[in-house]
Amino acid sequence: MSSASQVAERDVPFQLRGNSFTMMVLKVFAPTSPNFFTQLNVKVRQAPNFFHNAPVVLDFDDLPESVVFDLGAFVAQVQALHLLPVGFQGGPQPVREAAMAVGLTPMPSGRAAKLEEVVKAPDPRQPDQQAPIAAPQVLIEVVHRPTLVVTEPVRSGMRVYAEKTDLIVTSSVSPGAELLADGNIHVYGALRGRALAGFSGDTNARIFCHSLEAEVLSVAGNYRVSEDIGSDFYKKAVQVFLRDGVLSMDLLKTG
Amino acid sequence: MSKIIVMTSGKGGVGKTTSSAAFATGLALRGFKTVVIDFDVGLRNLDLVMGCERRVVFDFINVINGEAKLNQALIKDKRIENLYILPTSQTRDKDALTREGVEKVLNELSKDFDYILCDSPAGIERGALMSLYFADHAIIVTNPEVSSVRDSDRILGVLNSRSRRAEQGLEPVTQQLLLTRYDPERVEKGEMLKVDDVLEILAIPLLGVIPESQAVLRASNVGMPVILDEVSNAGLAYSDAVGRFLGEDIEHRFVTPQKKGLFSRLLRRSA
Repeated sequence: MSSASQVAERDVPFQLRGNSFTMMVLKVFAPTSPNFFTQLNVKVRQAPNFFHNAPVVLDFDDLPESVVFDLGAFVAQVQALHLLPVGFQGGPQPVREAAMAVGLTPMPSGRAAKLEEVVKAPDPRQPDQQAPIAAPQVLIEVVHRPTLVVTEPVRSGMRVYAEKTDLIVTSSVSPGAELLADGNIHVYGALRGRALAGFSGDTNARIFCHSLEAEVLSVAGNYRVSEDIGSDFYKKAVQVFLRDGVLSMDLLKTG
Repeated sequence: MSKIIVMTSGKGGVGKTTSSAAFATGLALRGFKTVVIDFDVGLRNLDLVMGCERRVVFDFINVINGEAKLNQALIKDKRIENLYILPTSQTRDKDALTREGVEKVLNELSKDFDYILCDSPAGIERGALMSLYFADHAIIVTNPEVSSVRDSDRILGVLNSRSRRAEQGLEPVTQQLLLTRYDPERVEKGEMLKVDDVLEILAIPLLGVIPESQAVLRASNVGMPVILDEVSNAGLAYSDAVGRFLGEDIEHRFVTPQKKGLFSRLLRRSA
């Protein structure tokens, strides 16, 4: 039973809950500057979808004490750029009073995150492209996790784990060393230790090596020990993968 | 500023103490003020190989614990100028080695000495870790057989991850291979690994190849570093290795079987 229907069954017409929202803060330094809205307009046009009807909090913290300007007109001009001022923070007393009078909510000061990078992120050549707010940084991590590259020899007793990614070793892997990767494993020196690809169960993972002298090879838990590898593949460039669920080896064409 | 060298191998019985004694003596012979420290607490051997076992009063552990001053524990070699031995305790164990204590002693020694040579115990536990932790340079002693090579590989990994230089992200410890007990005839018969086989796995520069020689055991038993035996192949090979360590360009010898004429048969018997 979902929580929504639980609520409906109760005899209360509402529920009060705390929640937090991410909002942009528009820091206002010089509201009377003739360039204020032209420059803000330029910024907004860089990512129209991102800014369209976005709630903003006006930050008056950095306004000089003596500033005099028409807050009502200011808010109207911000709205004209399709930004929705919903609250304000800081500022001299007269400005605060004027802000309350036009219906803005005084916000407790929060911890500001820099938006500048996010604003730059959309490609200027495609201004209409969908530009998610905080998503870009998160997406980058999910879509592309950098491959783990090891350039030093992997010595006996060492264990290298490429979590959720591929592993590339450009030198040799000694007997008694262990390579683990959730993705593929590439070894450009001699592979003399153990190599376990698809360590978390990816059956599409493969092992590629320049000279196969391994103790143990495994893809997604299907393994073969060196006794079973066979002399046809010994010291050859080989790829190891699952063919219909069976660990298979193919010679790689080199040169 | 003195240089700290560790003589290590992982595996036991490959010739660390013999090599430490020979190497320290070789450095001192070339005029460098050198001290060799026994890190094999509880299995004190270096003093025997150096022939100073009857002069040990205080030891390394006494100095670490503040029970003796460093110059009370240091033993000056009677044969070679500039050569000192810091023996270890036979009655304590490796837990007596603290990082702070070892550092304190090494700092004090580095004021006076050009080279500090640490003779590591076998294994990869506390004794070995303490002996290699402060090293600037490591000499890996390996026999031409698979288990020794694998253990050397392991200790190289330890050097790369658990030495002070590794932990502090400084220039890595430089590493060189000393291949000991090498018997070219058995290598030719396929009973021992070739130099190249060992180098292929360990992938570090070759400092020297010390041939299997009866002179080594003989020298140990009389408490004389084998490098002082100037007619033995082993002594000459150690001398070459010290020269290479100091940057001299010396060709490797004793890596191929010698031609057996009557003359060389006679010579070999006496060597």
